Amino acid sequence: MQLTLWTYEGPPHVGAMRIATAMRDVHYVLHAPQGDTYADLLFTMIERRTERPPVTYTTFQARDLGGDTAQLFKDAARDAYERFKPQALLVGASCTAELIQDDPGGLTQALNLPVPVIPLELPAYQRKENWGAAETFYQLVRTLAVKPAQPRVRGENKPRCNILGPTALGFRHRDDVREICQLLAQIGVAVNVVAPLGASPQDLARLVDADFNVVLYPEVAHQAAGWMARNLGQPATKTIPIGAGATREFIREVATLAGLDPGLATTETHSHAPWYARSVDANYLTAKRVFVFGDATHAIAAARVAASELGFKVVGLGTYSREFARDVREAAALYGVDALISDDYLEVEAAISAAGPELVLGTQMERHIAKRLGLPCAVISAPIHVQDFPARYSPQMGFEGANVLFDAWVHPLMMGLEEHLIGMFRGDFEFHEDAAPSHLGGAAIKAKQDEAPALIELPPPEPDKQEGPAAAITAAWAPDAEKELRKIPFFVRGKARRNTERYAQDHSVPVITIETLYDAKAHFSR
Amino acid sequence: MSAVIPIHADAGCTDAPVLAERGQREVFCGLTGIIWLHRKMQDAFFLVVGSRTCAHLIQSAAGVMIFAEPRFATAILDERDLAGLADAQDELDRVVKRLLERRPDIRLLFLVGSCPSEVIKLDLSRAAGRLSERFMPQVRVLNYSGSGIETTFTQGEDACLAALVPVLPVSMQQHEPELLIVGALADVVEDQFARLFTAMGIRRFAFFPSRRSTALPAVGPQTRFLLAQPFLADSARALEGRGACRVSAPFPLGAEGSAAWMQAAGAAMGLQAAEVEQAIAPARKRAEQALTTHREALTGKRIFFFPDSQLEVPLARFLARELGMVLTEVGTPYLHRQHLAVELAWLPAGTALSEGQDVERQLDRCRALRPDIVVCGLGLANPLEAEGFTTKWSIELVFTPIQGFEQAGDLAGLFTRPLTRRTLLAA
Repeated sequence: MQLTLWTYEGPPHVGAMRIATAMRDVHYVLHAPQGDTYADLLFTMIERRTERPPVTYTTFQARDLGGDTAQLFKDAARDAYERFKPQALLVGASCTAELIQDDPGGLTQALNLPVPVIPLELPAYQRKENWGAAETFYQLVRTLAVKPAQPRVRGENKPRCNILGPTALGFRHRDDVREICQLLAQIGVAVNVVAPLGASPQDLARLVDADFNVVLYPEVAHQAAGWMARNLGQPATKTIPIGAGATREFIREVATLAGLDPGLATTETHSHAPWYARSVDANYLTAKRVFVFGDATHAIAAARVAASELGFKVVGLGTYSREFARDVREAAALYGVDALISDDYLEVEAAISAAGPELVLGTQMERHIAKRLGLPCAVISAPIHVQDFPARYSPQMGFEGANVLFDAWVHPLMMGLEEHLIGMFRGDFEFHEDAAPSHLGGAAIKAKQDEAPALIELPPPEPDKQEGPAAAITAAWAPDAEKELRKIPFFVRGKARRNTERYAQDHSVPVITIETLYDAKAHFSR
Repeated sequence: MSAVIPIHADAGCTDAPVLAERGQREVFCGLTGIIWLHRKMQDAFFLVVGSRTCAHLIQSAAGVMIFAEPRFATAILDERDLAGLADAQDELDRVVKRLLERRPDIRLLFLVGSCPSEVIKLDLSRAAGRLSERFMPQVRVLNYSGSGIETTFTQGEDACLAALVPVLPVSMQQHEPELLIVGALADVVEDQFARLFTAMGIRRFAFFPSRRSTALPAVGPQTRFLLAQPFLADSARALEGRGACRVSAPFPLGAEGSAAWMQAAGAAMGLQAAEVEQAIAPARKRAEQALTTHREALTGKRIFFFPDSQLEVPLARFLARELGMVLTEVGTPYLHRQHLAVELAWLPAGTALSEGQDVERQLDRCRALRPDIVVCGLGLANPLEAEGFTTKWSIELVFTPIQGFEQAGDLAGLFTRPLTRRTLLAA
């Protein structure tokens, strides 16, 4: 038993729903008790879909458990087929139905429906949402993308690829697909099928016509892409085109797979981000401490963009995707940090507190953790709330994606010139450090720190959270030293405080005085 | 849908036939009740014993509230728990111990059963007894089921309150009647009701659930209880089991409904109708005034209710009688004829009633009727809007203070707003 308040991922059948909802002419019959329809509103509310997800629930109740649940399932499957006439039917069980052990696959086979029926085995007590999505997509591809008897129709003039991985409820999947399609068109690669988003079972049957696959979201597509590589001879891309650098690398990889000129990678018409990052206003971004957490794909990509395209210092990298823990560990090693592999948000919160970042890049949960800790934050990965399904065009991938990332990540930070001016006029009655960034409006006011003279920022006394390095005892600050500390510009004050405390600890100084403060400054500036 | 022929004109829908349906239900399970119950009971914690689906449901329904260190959580069952039952009980002890160490302010812990825990027959009542023994007097541990296989949405509150009834103290006084208001109400509503009761001259009244578990109301043969919510079948039965008597009344929605409810409270406590009338007159007048502006927008508009919370019948009564709306179909997940007796009598004769759901068929009926406004859950609302219907999402009716005189205008406003919005956007 695991005590959980927040879960980064839903159960695996929600992953299956994300595939079914992404596609056209597929219907999913889910053996599930009353109440599991809650998942519908993820699609109709968070993603604001105009149609209900193509899912029929059997809605069994306690009084049905006597033994006719199997019949209930058969009726639901038959009725769903009659009503929706899908090209393929997915059938499976939710967590409770898994326990009552009806066999959705066998029961539906007995109905002899004139369309392919794909039974899904989604172990709800071991696996989670992304795994469910990957498995469902894999089963669909395996069943429907059959090797044709005749030689396959290859691209006549242009090389062709499939785009694999975008789903319903995916973070910016809609716009990523548009951006990548544009990019591929620009370099002369035709898109054969985009799947699962917008594809029908008939489209899946045409997957085999492509020369290679573009995998945008390994969490969803790696299993299907692996199968296609082995059985259909289609190689797949490995680079995730998030950030200008990765996008250029992606173009090189695609061009090589497509037999085109890898030099195409210099096409960079819409990318303002690299110049913005070089402009002097961005100087203040140098070595800003950033903590990155999300699904493996977005976390790894974000860390790379943060370090090599914005000049941040990655002080933490982690993921809730256990399936990709190895990749995240490898990436974390590049930045000299230990990867955090966890789906417990309290652990993430502790790690963020301990790392002391100046910016958090994460999911909806990290947004709230950061809010609580008073840190700037930008969202880079699912799970996300309704505001991260924006009306405007806002991809994460490709060159326009790089622009979006620059704006989205820099926005919560103080702009460079503003930081500089506040440093100059600090203490000014209307231009002081506790004023929120002007571009964020007056509402985002921090806690009134100036009213509390003893500014000892100890972590809140929650005995449960004092695990790991944060538990070390910190020296107390003498009031005058505390006062002196406040004279240091606030954007380096956190660092000064940390360094001084570390110095005090290393030198066993129990109370930090003005002397200690400057001793530490001298010590660390050597 | 064939029109229902009224048997006698003035009995409303008392004997009206009800379309009972079975099929796919687009409703929440009882676990959802936790979201408002934990706000009401300030020292209670709700621990769901269930699957990742349960945790996901609560976080989806709770939205941003989940981050304010709320007093609910899920103990997620995994494979090891499914393997053997003895083990699961030990695991539960471990989880509860950790939880109570983390939250020493908790005085009442509910172990909430879910579909998975009910299907594997994990004995939570035994666990609650054992844990209660271990943690009393600091923490009392109770259990109820909020599973989808047994409860629909607001029935979770019913199950929770019914579990609390046996631990209510015994009322010692034996001669004068005491009034108990049953059903979680927003604090602001509760305070208004308390002021009105006091103005009427009622001294012995209490609300159940109480805001703190350390101040639970007493119950005994002198207790007259008045339901504030229509979904409390099991709680009412449990209270009757302790000797309390239910006072029959419509539910306090709208000016008329609230007045009748207050009158019932007064009558149960031996007051004259005129005394009550005098105490509530100013509030009632305000409520009636607040409704006039909305009446113009709503009169003659046709409304359709999908089943959700059991509030549908009282709401439909309010909208029909006080605002002149036309009822097309009133769906409810469960129809308790006895508790809704007055409401049914007040419904316009011929109203089509349905109990249970087959969502696809009900959608077909809804599309055929083309109502002006559809009350439904969030899973249906946007898709229906996209089809050109105006909708009012029903969960808001459970989370917003809507009972009593001062909220009558707000309640009407919940139905006016989507219609106004549609007009504004079309212009």
